[in-house]
Amino acid sequence: MTADAVREHTLDNGLKVLVLEAHAAPLASVWCWYRVGSRDERPGLTGVSHWVEHMNFKGTTRIPRDQVKGIIERYGGSWNGYTWIDQTAYLETATSAALDRMLFIEAERMDACLYDPDECESERTVILSELQGGENDPEQLLDQEVTAAAYRVHPYRHPTIGWQADVETMTRADLYGHYRRHYSPSNATLVVVGDVDTEDVLRRVAGQFGGLRADPAPDRPRFVEPPQQAERRVILRREGTTAYWKAAFHAPAFGDPEYFPLLVADAVLSGGAGLNIWSAGRVPRPQRSARLYRALVNTGLASAAGGALAPTAQPFLYTVSATVADGRTLADVEDATLIELDRLGREGITERELAKARAQLRARFVFDMDGVTDMAHQIGYFETIGSWRDAFGFDARLAAVTAEDVQAAARRVLAPDNRTIGWFEPQVEPCR
Amino acid sequence: MPLTPVRRQLPNGVTLIAQENPATPAVSLAAVVRTGTFEDPPGREGTAALLARSLDRGTRTRTGDQIADELDGIGAALSIAAGRHQVGLSATCLADDYAAVLASAADLLRAPVFPEAEVRVRLRELVTIIRQEEDDPASVAAERLWQELYGPHPYARALRGTVASVESLDRADLVAFHTAHLLPSRLVVVAVGSLPAAAMLDAATTAFAEWAADPGRVPAVVPDAPPARSRREVRVAMPDKAQADIAYGFVGIRRSDPAYMPASVMNNVLGQFALGGRLGDSIRERQGMAYYVFSALDAGVGPGPVSIRAGVSEDNIDRTIASIDREIDAVRAEGFTETEVAESVQYLTGALPRQLETNAGMAGFLLNAELFDLGLDYDRRLPDLLQAVTRDAVIDQARRLLDPQQATVVVAGPAGAHTQPALQS
Repeated sequence: MTADAVREHTLDNGLKVLVLEAHAAPLASVWCWYRVGSRDERPGLTGVSHWVEHMNFKGTTRIPRDQVKGIIERYGGSWNGYTWIDQTAYLETATSAALDRMLFIEAERMDACLYDPDECESERTVILSELQGGENDPEQLLDQEVTAAAYRVHPYRHPTIGWQADVETMTRADLYGHYRRHYSPSNATLVVVGDVDTEDVLRRVAGQFGGLRADPAPDRPRFVEPPQQAERRVILRREGTTAYWKAAFHAPAFGDPEYFPLLVADAVLSGGAGLNIWSAGRVPRPQRSARLYRALVNTGLASAAGGALAPTAQPFLYTVSATVADGRTLADVEDATLIELDRLGREGITERELAKARAQLRARFVFDMDGVTDMAHQIGYFETIGSWRDAFGFDARLAAVTAEDVQAAARRVLAPDNRTIGWFEPQVEPCR
Repeated sequence: MPLTPVRRQLPNGVTLIAQENPATPAVSLAAVVRTGTFEDPPGREGTAALLARSLDRGTRTRTGDQIADELDGIGAALSIAAGRHQVGLSATCLADDYAAVLASAADLLRAPVFPEAEVRVRLRELVTIIRQEEDDPASVAAERLWQELYGPHPYARALRGTVASVESLDRADLVAFHTAHLLPSRLVVVAVGSLPAAAMLDAATTAFAEWAADPGRVPAVVPDAPPARSRREVRVAMPDKAQADIAYGFVGIRRSDPAYMPASVMNNVLGQFALGGRLGDSIRERQGMAYYVFSALDAGVGPGPVSIRAGVSEDNIDRTIASIDREIDAVRAEGFTETEVAESVQYLTGALPRQLETNAGMAGFLLNAELFDLGLDYDRRLPDLLQAVTRDAVIDQARRLLDPQQATVVVAGPAGAHTQPALQS
């Protein structure tokens, strides 16, 4: 599939519309994307984008609160949303007969959500429950601590769900202000993929969204993380049964020429992962012959090990994680992992490894586009961190990567001064 | 667009099903053997789980490293897992690699050798996973619910075994289980992808035809499970956890139960529709107590549970349980409205095309239809079966399956003063 199959159109009020016809199934997927995420939040208001996302499911001027339930389910559809560091997204997937309904929901959400004060209050405890449910998972807790320690300046350090104290104190005015500032046609991208007619979609979109106000898109805060000068360490102790190890390295943004070389490095270390964060994990990685798997899992040091390099607008983190096998130690897992990371920078990769990584990644890019929901996700996601056209350019960037590029990226990114290492040390007795 | 699967049964009993889907140049493969942890020998719990982790670590003709190199070299994803009644292999690959992946899958299922050294490493992995689950309140609550609900019934046994039972296993257990239960007559293979269905069937025939026929031993029968006669509450203390997980449930029904369809609509109205049905309205939307609350109907080969799950703060445990009781009492007393039932039926009918959106979705649907004998045309028949469900039938199922007086309730997490000692393995 190429970018030529996508129709791009911008309404007078600034809303960018992207339509891709895919007629294999009688379905349509509508995604509405906003360029706002946790990187747009200041201390004291961390988690506001995510909470706003929750509030945007609680009724609008023309969708009364008691009619939210069932509004898309009646068509057999599902709806959902997510917030992350660079973006907030909402989606519906249903039979294409429900297209109008899906567009109506998104047009209402852009401009007419209610923010009833009692609903804001009730949602506070739902979000605290979501936050605490996440903290029940030691891996997630460790990830949060390591991410926070890796940054001095850049707001990527905040968890998207927010720090608990901020969630406890934020007000309805904070939420509504954030909504009004960031939800406007000029800050949004609407993506429609499925069994639809492009001209028909554009007509309907003009009807539903054309009358919305044309505010300028808000400026996004600009922060540059200073280069890390020294290794950082985090040791987290809680009652538990299992030890977890993690390292985070400041890594190139998706648009950086070094991104694909590092993606190949990650494939050599832990098996090629795709670039669809929505469907990540649905198809397991081909990791059995990867370097970290053989060094850590096949030797019995860890029960799981692997890296992650998410595509982001600004430099985020390359992370390597391992679950320490029962009876083994964090120190042994750390030694074995660091030997592999160091070797990659010193010796580089073989041409055979490069060919394997390319084959794996090319296959993943196909699997990343399985179904209209995944296709619409990819087009919209890459628009929020650069351009939607990037979603069709992976193969070309991958083909240009050489073994030398991979070694250079590994040497720079995996350097000791650029890393933050985290240990989760399980304790036999409760700590709190 | 209805499915157009083709099905073939080989002389050795292997069932093959293929469905063409031109949407992406890839194939999803599901190869499922009708056995599972249910057939773990007594005292050897964890055998099927360890077998699933060890099947692809060496065969008569290839070492584990060779298998990994071949599959990884083409970017194919292959994984094997054991459930109560299935040992299932799933694979995703580019269409061009389908025949190679299929041949590999057939070799893994048919001719594993379980090298000693590999089995030892996988055994420690499995112990680590069991230990991880012992630290997860949601897993602890769910597993304990099965134990409490099923008592002497084999469903009370831990799905993956215990640390002690797994540590007692060795290669011989896997060889014996493989010989006894991984039989061609129990194998169903479903392929969905961008190749012509006939070509996919022919390739599968080549891959599986040489497997020698077995005597056709059928999987062990799952006995009926008596429902609880009184209410029971169990609390498992996990003081360092940030919130508690509740598992509230009853012994349920089999997939073959004549009332399965109204029971599944009942489950949808109660705890699925939109954000968790009636339970979601009460506990999440009105009271703001939980990020997640839902009900589940685990109707399979045997009578799995009907369960309600929620994650709540320590302070809201009792309020949440009381709310679940109240919602069920209200359903028992007043039933559901016509609108509620109609909306759920409409949802379940309309959701079918979405279930079939991806290759993997279609493969799962066809596999389910084969395993439960629902017919190759089940996607065409399902809308009528749902439309025939009446409000009365749905209410009957609620009264049959749900009763707060006989509920089993497990809470795992920080639970204040009224706690019992933590669950030990």
